[in-house]
Amino acid sequence: MPVRFQPGDLVRVRIDTPPGHFRTPTYIQGKVGVIETVYGAFRNPESLAYGGDGLPKQALYLVRFDQTHIWDQYEATARDKLLIDIYEHWLESAQPETA
Amino acid sequence: MHEHEPHAPAQEAQEAYDGHELAYYEQRLEAVQALLIEKGMLTADEVRQAVEDMDSRSPAVGAKVVAHAWVDPAFKKRLLTDAKDAISELGIDVDSWSTLVAVENTDAIHNIIVCTLCSCYPRPLLGLPPDWYKSVNYRARVVKEPRTVLKEFGLELESGIDIRVYDSTADMRYLVIPARPAGTQDMSEEELAELVTRDSMIGVTQARVP
Repeated sequence: MPVRFQPGDLVRVRIDTPPGHFRTPTYIQGKVGVIETVYGAFRNPESLAYGGDGLPKQALYLVRFDQTHIWDQYEATARDKLLIDIYEHWLESAQPETA
Repeated sequence: MHEHEPHAPAQEAQEAYDGHELAYYEQRLEAVQALLIEKGMLTADEVRQAVEDMDSRSPAVGAKVVAHAWVDPAFKKRLLTDAKDAISELGIDVDSWSTLVAVENTDAIHNIIVCTLCSCYPRPLLGLPPDWYKSVNYRARVVKEPRTVLKEFGLELESGIDIRVYDSTADMRYLVIPARPAGTQDMSEEELAELVTRDSMIGVTQARVP
């Protein structure tokens, strides 16, 4: 299965509230992070939760965010990170345009 | 005049035995289970086996893995690369497990695990999650103010140590390998496993100091 993003790529989490049990928490939506790990393809749990077959499989990534980027008033060091599992259909590229 | 709805005899017997009326979700659970058995989709023995399997899991399994990683650096390296594969070397059956990712606490980095959406947890290694792990309080706050939450657990981290909070929202389960405490160089692997607590493998505290 082709994977859209590679470790180090900048990605933005889409903002969306689809019906049902979606798996991308709202606190991370709209935020920009870095692909830490490409985990491979998994059946889509948002389909499996309702008796679907979860196909097509979705690439799953571990995405790393700066805590100070997520929260306006973060309590501690600027190096603290939040890492979260996000499926590819929730991500869009946030790579800067190259001239 | 009796105010309650008439009960089925089995339910009355159950209530008399447990000393309380079944709550809404208990009743629903029992009804669904009875239907599944009646329709032949599963047997009572399969339900019992699944409960027995769940009850047999405990943090002792995770502690054994961590203690082995402390004494065998090559194993630790494999554990950090492919956790399930490494754990299977210890004779533990990992076939039914979700994908597992081990992360290591060091002098520079402290990792913490949460599932903000529900209660995803490395059950085969740690057993059932504690109630606080499933609480809205922990789930909402540990992602936003981890240092304050750690203080409430009695762990005050130096500001030079970076925190990495893992929110396991999907198919991955995470295990924290706590740092090996100082002064334990002469301890056996079995003695070391005694120092590895459930909470240290979630990352809200450190391994016990002997």
